[in-house]
Amino acid sequence: MIEVKGVSFTYPNGVEALREVSLTIHDGEFVAIMGQNGAGKTTLVKQFNGLLKPTRGEIFVDGVNTRKVSVATLARKVGFVFQNPDHQLFCETVEDEVAFALRNFGFEESTIKKRVAWALNLLDLTEYRETSPFMLSGGERKRVALASVLAWNPKVVVLDEPTIGQDHKQKEKLRQFIVQLIAQRKTVIIVTHDVEFVAECNSHVVLMAQGKIVAKGSAKQMLTNSALVTQASIVSPQITQIFLELADLGMPIDLINIHEAREALLNFLEVDS
Amino acid sequence: MTVIEAKGLTYTYPGGTRRALEDVSITIEKGEFVILTGPSGCGKTTLCRCLNGLVPNFYGGKLEGEILVTGLKVSEHQIYELARHVGLVFQNPENQLFALFVEKDVAFGLENLGVPRDEIRKRVDWALQMTNIENLRERAPHELSGGQQQRVAIACVLAMQPDVMVLDEPTSFLDPLGAQQIFDVISRLNKELGITVVMVEHRLDLASRYSNHVVVMDKGKVVLDGEPKDVFSSEAARLIGVGIPKATRLSQVLEMSGVRLGRVPVTSEEASQVLKEVLSRD
Repeated sequence: MIEVKGVSFTYPNGVEALREVSLTIHDGEFVAIMGQNGAGKTTLVKQFNGLLKPTRGEIFVDGVNTRKVSVATLARKVGFVFQNPDHQLFCETVEDEVAFALRNFGFEESTIKKRVAWALNLLDLTEYRETSPFMLSGGERKRVALASVLAWNPKVVVLDEPTIGQDHKQKEKLRQFIVQLIAQRKTVIIVTHDVEFVAECNSHVVLMAQGKIVAKGSAKQMLTNSALVTQASIVSPQITQIFLELADLGMPIDLINIHEAREALLNFLEVDS
Repeated sequence: MTVIEAKGLTYTYPGGTRRALEDVSITIEKGEFVILTGPSGCGKTTLCRCLNGLVPNFYGGKLEGEILVTGLKVSEHQIYELARHVGLVFQNPENQLFALFVEKDVAFGLENLGVPRDEIRKRVDWALQMTNIENLRERAPHELSGGQQQRVAIACVLAMQPDVMVLDEPTSFLDPLGAQQIFDVISRLNKELGITVVMVEHRLDLASRYSNHVVVMDKGKVVLDGEPKDVFSSEAARLIGVGIPKATRLSQVLEMSGVRLGRVPVTSEEASQVLKEVLSRD
């Protein structure tokens, strides 16, 4: 779905944010891009919808070279939710906000109505339909931004720090929701620092540091590798940390979430679960 | 000594349809490290805004009830007076930074208070050092990454050396290692300088170890208020959807499967200690 070939990117101020990055993301894949602040994560995903174009190298989205098409064209394929929702919200009501892109894309008014209702319901925003997005809390605004992108049903969904300001329940909803998107063979790319969220999701993980990709693999492989974890300036999930201390007692050290941990402990203690 | 005392706070934003705060009462003692958490939209940020008078002085509307911060009735003092005592780090650092250079931003509050030049220089250096951003001194805040901006915002408040620091998700844009460093910084200020910390936070796995008092809000009300281990292990916390630390959660699922642990862990160290005891029991 997305093919990044030897991409380097330098901002006009001379900061080299990406250095020779190559990466393939398949159709229906769920990838979490993680790494230090300033590692180039956001710069990389902004290339996927053409907001930024490579200084060197090429990017193909669904077979199309991003240099050859406009952001508007790519936007139909790649829905992008920014880190800071205030960068994309501007309408007077939540409802208008979610309908905005649909109107721009020329959907029929009846379809728009249905889609908007669906997206608002999905993200628990129906009660705020007629509220100004700016009256909402940070976490709620984030959900409005998400609803407005999901409403037009893009093939690829890029979420930059989707869990910021979200409580546990919302995160769990988001996770289930991403699972649904994947089941519909959508490609979901998140940029996140939320190690616990990634451990729950069990997605693929791309680790970045200093404009380069350090490693790509399963969440388990990436998050339990302490050398990689340190290099990417993240920390292991709390479960991994706990089990690292239990290695002497013969417990496995490659666990990342509660379910695995519970199972391993009950097995060890020979308790029927 | 009590630093923050709120009694029966009730508030609705102008134009808002429901109460952002409803009969909120809390007491915070000097030197406490308080984590304020709860579902999004539950009123955490609004409560923070009451602590330095932004609600209602800036946002408008009527605040019922009474709130005292460092002995001052918030309703009877201006925001700038309260700013000496209560520093607020916003959720979104972009809303707080505006100067052309990081250094100027950090000095701004002090300049406003008329602090002598030499003292400003010293405090700015110290705040930049504490937040590990001395190298950003001459950069423009708006060109920095979200995480770097967050550090700058913290430095701005730090430089004021307030009695109470209120931080609204101060590490939300930071990578986990960066977040831990910030928590360490805040914890040091709390322990060494006795600054009272009130921190809105969802990342309880990372933050809980620093705290000795947790307040959970839901729908504008305070629903839980107490020590971390008591709050996190309560049934109510789970039902509201508080992001209970995995260490505590693991102990809960084990207890439900009939494994008796004897005490409630909050940090990963506590959990591995408890589990070691259980695993080597037989």
